[in-house]
Amino acid sequence: MAKFKNHILVCAGTGCRASQSELIVENLNRAIEDNNLGDEVQVVRTGCFGFCEKGPVVKMMPDNTFYVQVTPADASELVTEHIVKGRKVNRLLYVDPDSHKVISDSKEMGFYKKQIRIALRNCGFINPENVDEYIARDGYAALGKALTEMTPEQVIKEIIDSGLRGRGGGGFPTGLKWDITRKVKADQKYVVCNADEGDPGAFMDRSILEGDPHSVIEAMAINGYCTGASKGLVYIRAEYPLAIERLKIAIKQAREYGLLGENIFGSDFCFDIELRYGAGAFVCGEETSLIHSMEGLRGEPNVKPPFPSESGYKGKPTNVNNVETYANIPVILLNGSKWFSAIGTEKSKGTKVFALAGKVNNVGLIEVPMGTTLREVIFDIGGGIKDGKKFKAVQTGGPSGGCLTEKHLDIPIDYDSLLACGSMMGSGGMIVMDEDDCMVAMAKFYLEFTVEESCGKCTPCRIGNKRLHEILEKITQGKGTKEDLTLLRNLSYVIKDTSLCGLGQTSPNPVLSTMENFADEYEAHVVDGKCPAGQCKALMQYVIDPEACVGCTLCSRVCPVDAISGEKKMAHIINPAICIKCGACMEKCKFNAISIQ
Amino acid sequence: MTKVKSLDDLRKMRDAVKSKLDLREKGDKAEKVVQIKVSMATCGIASGAKEIMTYFIEELEHRSIEGVVTQTGCMGYCYAEPTIEVTLPGEDPVVFGFVDTKKASEIIEKYIKKGELVDGIIPASYETIDKEKTK
Ligand SMILES: Cc1cc2nc3c(=O)[nH]c(=O)nc-3n(C[C@H](O)[C@H](O)[C@H](O)COP(=O)(O)O)c2cc1C
Ligand code: SF4
Repeated sequence: MAKFKNHILVCAGTGCRASQSELIVENLNRAIEDNNLGDEVQVVRTGCFGFCEKGPVVKMMPDNTFYVQVTPADASELVTEHIVKGRKVNRLLYVDPDSHKVISDSKEMGFYKKQIRIALRNCGFINPENVDEYIARDGYAALGKALTEMTPEQVIKEIIDSGLRGRGGGGFPTGLKWDITRKVKADQKYVVCNADEGDPGAFMDRSILEGDPHSVIEAMAINGYCTGASKGLVYIRAEYPLAIERLKIAIKQAREYGLLGENIFGSDFCFDIELRYGAGAFVCGEETSLIHSMEGLRGEPNVKPPFPSESGYKGKPTNVNNVETYANIPVILLNGSKWFSAIGTEKSKGTKVFALAGKVNNVGLIEVPMGTTLREVIFDIGGGIKDGKKFKAVQTGGPSGGCLTEKHLDIPIDYDSLLACGSMMGSGGMIVMDEDDCMVAMAKFYLEFTVEESCGKCTPCRIGNKRLHEILEKITQGKGTKEDLTLLRNLSYVIKDTSLCGLGQTSPNPVLSTMENFADEYEAHVVDGKCPAGQCKALMQYVIDPEACVGCTLCSRVCPVDAISGEKKMAHIINPAICIKCGACMEKCKFNAISIQ
Repeated sequence: MTKVKSLDDLRKMRDAVKSKLDLREKGDKAEKVVQIKVSMATCGIASGAKEIMTYFIEELEHRSIEGVVTQTGCMGYCYAEPTIEVTLPGEDPVVFGFVDTKKASEIIEKYIKKGELVDGIIPASYETIDKEKTK
C-alpha cells in the first residue's frame, strides 16, 4: 500500500479561501516538488475548520500540528522546516489568548471545538433504524436505571438539579413541570412530545427524530414512569415523512425488545407510544392548540391556566415537552445532574441546538453550550458571512423573536440574555442577514407568516397583525409616513398585551426589535423614500449615467415598457413613472452606465 | 425475539451487540474492513445521499473491497451534503463533504484503497460526549 507519510490539510472553506488558501496550496505543492517530496507528502483541501477568525488554517498530519494565519509566503518554510527538518514553525502556531501559551497540537485545542453534542450525541453516529446500535451506546440504560434503581421522585430531583429548561421556546424548568404533572391525581395521564416545529427555517427536532428516535422514546417512557402516565403521544407534522418513518420503526423495535409495552424491565410499569399527525399549522405547536388538534378539534389555543400538566389531553394531566428537551433526559440520568449543570451559564444549563441558516457560509445544524456568543456561532462555526459581505443582523426565535445586531455579538446566548436584548431563544432557528437585507422587508416577511398562521380566535391577533402587515407593506412601497411609524409601534404593543396565546403575544417582536435597532432604516424609507439595503424595489430607481452612456440604444430596445428615450449617440434617460424595475436594461448595457439608486 | 426483562438483560445485550458491531467492523478475519456511514437525514437525502449509499454498496462489491455501508442521521454539515464518514481499520474516522459519484469513486480509489487523503475533508467541528464515562 503506497501511502503518503505526511498530509498537509489546508482549509478551503469560504473564509480561508477568501484569504488566499488556494495560493497556499499551490505554493505548498511547489515547495514539495522542489524538495523532491512528491511521493511522501500530499496536500489536501478541507472544509471549514470552524476557526475562521484565525484563518487561513493549515494542519499537519499525522502529528496534528495546527498553524494559523498562514500566508502564501509561509508555504516553503512550512515544508522545509516542518516536513524536512521536523521542526515546528513557532511563529505560526496558535497562542492561547488566556494563558498566552503556544498550543501546537490541535487535539489540545478544546476551545477550537466550540460545539458539544449532547442532544445530538447519536445523530450521525448510529444507524437510526437499528435499535442495537442505540443500545450499544448505552441506549435504554437510563430507563432501566430509573425503573429498577430510582423512585419517580429521585428521577425528578435529578432533572430539577440538572437545571434543564424546555427547548421548545418558553424555557420552563423541565423537572418542575414533571413534578407538577406527577402531583396531580388522576386515573389516566399522558406524555406528549411536541414535534410540530413550525418555526420557518428550523429543523432541529426533525434531525433528532431522524437521527436518534430512540432517545426521545426512552425519555418519554422515563417521563411516564415519573408522572404516572402509561400512554405517550408524539405530535408530529405530516410534512416530516422520514422522521415519521424512523419513529415508527423505532417504536416497533422497542416493543419487540419489551422496552415499550407491559412490565418494562420486569417492573410493573407499562407504557406505549402512538403517533398523531399535525397538518403543519404554526399555532398547533402551542401546547393547548396541539392538544385540541390531537383531540380532533380545531387547533385553537385556550386560556392558561389550567396548564396541560393539570388538565390536558381529554381533560387529563398531560406533560408536554419538546423533542430536544426529551433528547437530553437519558444522558442526564446516566451522567448525573452535576455533569449536566456544569455545562452552560448560571441560569441556562446544558447546550442548545440551532439551525443556522441565511447568509452564512456554513449553513447547518449546530449544538453549542449555553453561553457561547453569537460571534462564535456566526463567525467561527458558521464561517462568517457569505461572499465577504458585512454582517447586519441575526434573527433568533423565528417569528416570535427579534433581531440582534453587531452590538449584541458578544453577549452569551442563554434564555435570559436573549430576552433582555429584545429577542428570545425560541426553538433554535437562527437566520443570519447581511448588508443587502432590508430590515423593514424582513419584519414584513415575518408578519406575512403570522397573518397566515393566526388561528383567528382573538381579534388583536387576527386583525391587528393584518394591519401591521399593511403598514409595513405601505412603507416598503415608499408610501409610508412618520405617523405610520408611531402607529406601527402603538399597535404592536396593543397586540402584545391583548392577544390570547403566545403567537399573538410575540408576533410584533420582529417589528419592534427592527424599529429599535434600525430606526434610521425605517426613517430612510418614510422620510427620504429610500431603501438603504436596496431591497425594496419600489424605492429603487434605475438611472443612466449621462457621462458613461454612449447612446447605443440597446437599452431602449430591450425595455419592455418603453420607459427609455434618447437620440442615437446621445445620453438616454429612464422615465421612472413608466419603469417597472425589471432590470433588463442594466443587464444589456455594455458600458456599465446604468445603476440602481 | 429476546425480551429485555431486567437491567442486567440490557447490559448483557449491550455487550453482545457491541461485540457484534465490533465484529462487523473488524470482520471475522484478522484483517479489518472499512466502514462507511452515509448521512441520511432529510437534507442529505434531498441532495442525493441515497444514490451515494447505493453507489458505495455496489462499487465496493465491484472493486472487491470488503466494507460495511450504513446510514446514519444528520452530522450537521448541511452546507456540504451529501456527507459521508469513512473509517479505515485502525484509523480515525474521516468525514468527506459534497460527495457525488465522481468524488465517491475517487474516495474509493485513493483513500480506501491507498490511504491517500483527497480534497473535500470536513474537519470534525464538535465533540460528542464520551459515553464510556457513564459506565
Ligand atoms: C405559537 C407557538 C408555537 C409553538 N411551537 C412550538 C413547536 O413547534 N415546538 C415546541 O416544542 N414548542 C412550541 N411551542 C411551545 C409549546 O407551547 C410548549 O411550551 C412546549 O412544547 C413545551 O415544551 P418544553 O418545555 O420542553 O419546551 C410553541 C408556542 C407557541 C406560542
Ligand atoms: S393570539 Fe392569534 S393564534 Fe393565538 S389565539 Fe389569538 S388569534 Fe389565535
